[in-house]
Amino acid sequence: MAAPPRHVSMLSISNSNTGAPQSASSDKPQTPQPSPSPQPTSGLRVPSNRKTIYDRHLNRSRNAELSRASFAYLFAEMVTYAQRRVTGIQDLEKRLNEQGYPLGLRLLDLLFYRSTSTSSSALSSSSTSSSPPNRPLRILPLLHLIHGPLWRLLFQRSADALEHSVSPDTPNEYMITDNDPLVNTYISVPREMNMLNCAAFIAGIIEGVCDGCGFEAKVSAHNQPTEMWPSRTVFLLRFGDSVMEREKVLERNGVK
Amino acid sequence: MSATKASRIGEETRIDKVNAELVTLTYGTIVAQLCQDYDNDYQEVNKQLEKMGYNIGMRLIEDFLAKSGVGRCANFRETADMIAKVGFKIFLNVAPTVTNWASDNNQFSLIFEDNPLADFVELPDDGRAQDELWFSNILCGVLRGALEMVNFASPFPVQMQIEAHFVSDVLRGDDTTEMRVSLVRYIEDEMPPEEE
Repeated sequence: MAAPPRHVSMLSISNSNTGAPQSASSDKPQTPQPSPSPQPTSGLRVPSNRKTIYDRHLNRSRNAELSRASFAYLFAEMVTYAQRRVTGIQDLEKRLNEQGYPLGLRLLDLLFYRSTSTSSSALSSSSTSSSPPNRPLRILPLLHLIHGPLWRLLFQRSADALEHSVSPDTPNEYMITDNDPLVNTYISVPREMNMLNCAAFIAGIIEGVCDGCGFEAKVSAHNQPTEMWPSRTVFLLRFGDSVMEREKVLERNGVK
Repeated sequence: MSATKASRIGEETRIDKVNAELVTLTYGTIVAQLCQDYDNDYQEVNKQLEKMGYNIGMRLIEDFLAKSGVGRCANFRETADMIAKVGFKIFLNVAPTVTNWASDNNQFSLIFEDNPLADFVELPDDGRAQDELWFSNILCGVLRGALEMVNFASPFPVQMQIEAHFVSDVLRGDDTTEMRVSLVRYIEDEMPPEEE
């Protein structure tokens, strides 16, 4: 049930702030970073007018919108940059995945924070021990969290399908489908690279969310075009053995 | 064109949107990746960000002209308003203040009240990042690339070579986020009509 090392190394730095993507630079075990000082006061200078992330409400940008073009430009630069440093498609997808991963861990915190703050205000009746634990314990609630709230946070709509592998050999495989992934809208993949799917970045985000919840998983993005949806993408989630074992135990004990 | 008219164009230009946090976090992961790839050599990260911005700017300018439908700027002061009130408004949903003009009208500052790229961001507490890293440096490159490419769009007959750099950033503990933009030269021989 141990979380994978990637996650453990993230935890030590992600508790200082929820979303600073900056700290993601230290999420790789092979580059040891000085761990943050234990005392609450950091050595960082702050503006005298208190314009720091601590003074800014975490929900301020909740419904904020920005130009889709700006996102496309940034994402395209990210892919181009990654492409210069890799040798093959798999390598490139791995890199994009790694860039999404830390976002997944942080978005998870953000999702929980927001779902508890809204539910506690909406359901004021639950007076005893407010903010009920909403962390998924079983695979299905986790998948619903990804398919619904995570997708809505990122793309303002739910994902298009959620399926379980029908093969008895791979009960640990689940599929989440997006008919038209936003990230691929402005990406045209050259013919010789037709296996490439830049939504590997999103796969990385999903992987981060799974790991952050304690569900060790590998997530990859695959092109599954249909006539109607040429850029349809299937995210394949493969949960680790430890997760599947725990799933059985929890099922026996009636945990939902 | 007056500054108020420019802000109206910026406000009214219709654009497709995405969740702002997706943009913010994506940019954050780009900077984080650069810091990792360049072993926290922040000078180099600044440089790479500027380059990325330049690539974006070259492509963004056509999009800008098509969306905003604005015409030619009469002088650099108008260009500044156009950048702040229309360009930044369309692409970053902020309108930085144009101020601190140099006496020759070839240099101004953009003061950012808000910077969506830096939401959720705290620089690493390593004793160097706050002195060396310009987190939003990509924006400098965007301006440089965009103004250099202005020529390719018909209403603008002149290309501009500019230089932009941040002089302060709230992420570094400064009270404001300020970018200094200087006109180096107009690239074509033909000068725009100058009023001043």
